Amino acid sequence: MKSKAWKEKAARLIFTGASSTAILIVLLIFLFLFKEALPFIKDPGISKLFDTSWRPVSFQGESYGIIPLITGSFLVTVLATVIAVPFGVIGAVYISEVSRKYEREFLKPFIELLAGIPSVVIGFFGLIVLAPFIKAVFGLQSGLTALTGALLLALMAIPTIISISEDAINSVPSTFKEASYAVGASRLQTIWKVTVPASISGITAAVMLGMGRVIGETMAVLMVTGNAAIVTLSPFESVRTMTATIAAEMGEVPFGSEHYRALFWVGIVLLIITFGLNMIAQKVFSKYGGRQ
Amino acid sequence: MVDTGKKTDRKDVIVEVKDLNFYYDNVQALFDISMDIPVRQVTALIGPSGCGKSTFLRTLNRMNDIIHGTRVTGTVIVDGEDIYKSNMDVVSLRKKIGMVFQKSNPFPKSIFDNVAYGPRIHGIKDKMKLTEIVERSLKRAAIWEEVKDRLDKNALDLSGGQQQRLCIARALAVDPEILLLDEPASALDPKSTAHIEDLILELKKDFTIIIVTHNMQQAGRISDLTAFFFEGKLIEFGKTKQIFTNPVNKQTEDYITGRFG
Repeated sequence: MKSKAWKEKAARLIFTGASSTAILIVLLIFLFLFKEALPFIKDPGISKLFDTSWRPVSFQGESYGIIPLITGSFLVTVLATVIAVPFGVIGAVYISEVSRKYEREFLKPFIELLAGIPSVVIGFFGLIVLAPFIKAVFGLQSGLTALTGALLLALMAIPTIISISEDAINSVPSTFKEASYAVGASRLQTIWKVTVPASISGITAAVMLGMGRVIGETMAVLMVTGNAAIVTLSPFESVRTMTATIAAEMGEVPFGSEHYRALFWVGIVLLIITFGLNMIAQKVFSKYGGRQ
Repeated sequence: MVDTGKKTDRKDVIVEVKDLNFYYDNVQALFDISMDIPVRQVTALIGPSGCGKSTFLRTLNRMNDIIHGTRVTGTVIVDGEDIYKSNMDVVSLRKKIGMVFQKSNPFPKSIFDNVAYGPRIHGIKDKMKLTEIVERSLKRAAIWEEVKDRLDKNALDLSGGQQQRLCIARALAVDPEILLLDEPASALDPKSTAHIEDLILELKKDFTIIIVTHNMQQAGRISDLTAFFFEGKLIEFGKTKQIFTNPVNKQTEDYITGRFG
């Protein structure tokens, strides 16, 4: 008896330890980010972050305004989401509700394969194929634009959205569909009025995860958005995202410099945004998903 | 041997089934079923599990269409119309023949939206009209008093018995002539079951009701006619009183007296 109780205790300790380690690591990351970023508040002053230009290396005086980086990330993320969501949800509906069995057996693994392509390969494809195409179609001077990045990111988000939405749609009980057919609804009516609403929490989670992938993605956007840190909401301009900025500059920045600390602020803003996205996803999930 | 209930007047027949065979892929589930179901009566379909009674019920509103690989031969005539003819409008058929399932299946929406679902599908958008239909349907399903103050609440918060009556209200909202009930009380407690049975007796004044049940006493209590199915065949069909007291067929007698099934 006694040894059993001891085992219980040990197991409990191991599990608690494992889960608190994860929390501890997240806390330490937060702590480290703030520790490196904080001195920036005193010198050169927090207001420098709200400048409208990001020019960390300059002879005329550096500026560390992260606004162009935020608008860059925002523009690319919103565009990518707007492109990816309809494709993703309709694709998921097709695979789950419309396609024949042999189509499904082909489509599902193929889409999951798409999710596994390294982002640098997608970026390469974007640089060589998509950018010249965008340039030619819209008659631009350069094909390296926010739109190019958004299209690539949409391509990366779609498999995530399809795969998770499809699981959610598939798990809608067939009794709901039968009830709908039984009052004379067509297949299309049943899909849009019963099946999709019943799986909205799963679809929302899928979209949020897709957005998470989009906003955190670095390599592909670094390669195709042109990396000009300007404040714009035009999809045909070059933009620079927060992630691309950190990735491109962190390796060469002098340790402890103002530039170095400013980059940490970029990281903090990015963290807060993804944190916020997760919170929204949780809220939506508990509002619509609690019953299923 | 097979009594197809032909004693009833032809005018009173609403569903006429002739030589119906049904297949799941290559497995035959129903064999040469012929029966005439009278209007505004309760017809009970009884028999052991897997005897084909539910499959038969689902052939009457073509619910089996949504299962891949099923096939039907023979004719089912509802209101003088062959429902398996090639240009049959399945939507209007299912509007005419409502169905309630074994497991209550309200949508995860509000009580109001559940009942209004059918009318909305059929193009009614006017809020006043919908409100009127919802109230009338809930009253007919004897659940109005319990839910009238919380029509905007989620239907899944209702009890099992209430959910099933809500499903009946949802079926009634599109003004059907026939109601198919597939073991509607099998998952309910005795009190809720009694509630549903009272409701069925009330509804039969306006609707033709065809009910699948595995509960012998229930069939005895609520039905006017009883059809006994066994291994995909219709063994005996006649007045409930006669089937229960004086069955013609030996298998029917054995089943009713509890010797098998």
